[in-house]
Amino acid sequence: MRNSTKLIILLGLSFLFTGLYLFQDLNGSYDYALPRRGIKVLAMVITGCAIAYATVIFQTITHNRILTPSIMGLDALYLLLQTVLIFFLGSDHITIMNKQVNFVLSVAAMIIFALLLYRFLFNKGSQPIYFLLLIGIIVGTFFTSISTFLQVLIDPNEFSMVQDRMFASFNNVSTDLVWIALILTTIVILIGWRSTHFLDVLSLGRDQAINLGVPYESVVKKMLVISAVLIAISTALVGPITFFGLIVANLSYQFFKSFRHSILITGAMLMSIVALIGGQWVVERIFTFSTTLSVIINFIGGVYFIYLLLKESKSS
Amino acid sequence: MIQVRGLSKLYGKKVVVDQVSIDIVPGTITSFIGPNGAGKSTLLSMVSRLMDADTGEVLLDKKNIKKIKSGELSKKVSILKQSNQMNVRLTVKELVGFGRFPYSKGRLNDQDHAKVDEALTYMDLHDLEDRYLDELSGGQRQRAFIAMVIAQDTDTILLDEPLNNLDMKHSVQIMKILRRLVDELGKTVVIVLHDINFASVYSDRIVALKDGKVIKDGLTNDIIQSTALKEIYDMDIHVQQLNNCRICVYFNSALQGE
Repeated sequence: MRNSTKLIILLGLSFLFTGLYLFQDLNGSYDYALPRRGIKVLAMVITGCAIAYATVIFQTITHNRILTPSIMGLDALYLLLQTVLIFFLGSDHITIMNKQVNFVLSVAAMIIFALLLYRFLFNKGSQPIYFLLLIGIIVGTFFTSISTFLQVLIDPNEFSMVQDRMFASFNNVSTDLVWIALILTTIVILIGWRSTHFLDVLSLGRDQAINLGVPYESVVKKMLVISAVLIAISTALVGPITFFGLIVANLSYQFFKSFRHSILITGAMLMSIVALIGGQWVVERIFTFSTTLSVIINFIGGVYFIYLLLKESKSS
Repeated sequence: MIQVRGLSKLYGKKVVVDQVSIDIVPGTITSFIGPNGAGKSTLLSMVSRLMDADTGEVLLDKKNIKKIKSGELSKKVSILKQSNQMNVRLTVKELVGFGRFPYSKGRLNDQDHAKVDEALTYMDLHDLEDRYLDELSGGQRQRAFIAMVIAQDTDTILLDEPLNNLDMKHSVQIMKILRRLVDELGKTVVIVLHDINFASVYSDRIVALKDGKVIKDGLTNDIIQSTALKEIYDMDIHVQQLNNCRICVYFNSALQGE
C-alpha cells in the first residue's frame, strides 16, 4: 500500500469518527448538543496534533523512539503549579476557578521554565543533548516530589481538586480556551513546518546533518522550543497526556516505514485524532462515562510501551 | 583550498590538538597519520566544523568556515566519520539521495537523480540499491556512505578512518576509488589512516601528527623513510621498495635488515 493511500485512509477514519461523535443520537439538538460536542472535538484535534507533532520532533532530535517530551518535566511542573496554587490559595481562588487565568498562568510557567532551562544549558556551549535530558529528568522528579509532599499535607477536599487535574479530560474544556489554543497551536506548527525537511536529515545523526548543511544548533533549539510550547498548550488545555504521543509516534513509524517527516508527522497527527475521538466515543457510548479516556490511553499506552521496550532490547 | 591556522583543542587541561597550521593542497590525497591519540580525528572534525576549535581558524578559499553559511559549505566540503549510527531504516538509494540534500533540500529533481545514479555506478552499488542498510555487511555499508559523499559532489572530501573494520579487498577497493576521484574528477581528499602502507601507496602527501602537533608535513616519499617514521611512531620501521611502492615493515623488528 502506498503511503498516500494510507494517509487518505486515516483521513477518512478521522472524518468517520468525527461525524459519528458529532451526530450520533443528536435528536435535532443542534443548538445545545452540537456546539458542545464540536468544542470537544476541536479540543481533541488540537491536543492530538500538538502532542503528535511535539513527540515526533522531540524523538528525532534526541534520536530515541521511547522518549516523550514529558521527560523535560513540563507535566510535572504543571501539576506542581496546580498543587501549589490549591495548597496556598485554596481551590476557590481565581487562579483555579477561572479557567482562562489558570490556562495563561500554566502556559506561561511551562514556557518560561523550558526557555530558562534551554538558555542555561545552551549558554554553556554546545552540550550534548543527553545532558539536557538528564537535567530535565532530575528537575521533573524534583517537581513531582514537591507536589506529592504538598498533596499529602493538603485538605482531602482540596486534594480531590488536585486529583482532578492529574488526569487529562476533554469533558469540561472551556470554549474560549479552545479558540486561543487553536490559534496558538496553528501558528507554532506552521513555524515548525518550514523546517520539516531538516528533520529528515537530523534522523541521520548530528554529524551527517552538519555535513549535509543543516544549521544543527539553531534547528535543534528551535525544535525544542516548539515542542515545549506545544506540550505546554495541550497540557494546560486538557491536562497531562504526553504519554499518548509515544503511542501515536511509534505507530506512525511502524505504519509508514518512511524517513520523511512530512509523512510521519501528518500520519501521527491523523492517528491521534482517530484515537482520541474514537476513544472518547467508546468512553461515552460503550462505557457510558464509567471510565475516562486518559485511563484507557494510559492502559493501552503502557502495554504498547512494554512491547516497545522488549523490541528495542531484542534489536540491540 | 583549505588552510588551517593555529588550530588547538583542549579537553579540560589536556591539549589534544596543539597549534596546528597546515595547507591542504588541492587535487591531492592527503593522509593524516600518527599514533593513537595524536589528535588526527579531532583535527579532521574541527576542519569539517563538526567540532569547535578552542583557538585558531580554518579557512576555505581565504574565508573562515564559521562565516560561511552551513548550506553553502555543504556544497564545498563533505565529511564522513567512522561510525554512522542512525535510527531510521533507509535503502542504499535513499541514503545516497541524502547526499543531494544541500542542493535539493529533500526534493530530488532529474539532475539529482542523475547524480545519485552516477554515484551508485561509481561505487558499483546498483545491485544493492534497494537493499536496506541494516541488511548489508560493514564493507557494503561503508561503500554506500562513500557513495553518498560522492553524490554530495563537493570539491573537498574528508574521511575519518574509512578503512576501519574493512577487509583487505574492500580497503583496496575504497582506496582505488578515492584515487580515481582525485585523478579523474579533480577532487581533494583528506583521509585519516592507521595503516601507513595504505598511506604510502595511495596518498600524494602525508601529514604526521604526534601529541597534537604536526611533526611532519610533506610529499609521501619524503615521509615514508625510516628516520622520519622512527620520529613519528617511536619504533624501528624498515622501508622496502616493491614495484615502485614503498612498503613499511614493522611487524617484528627482529626480521628487519637484510
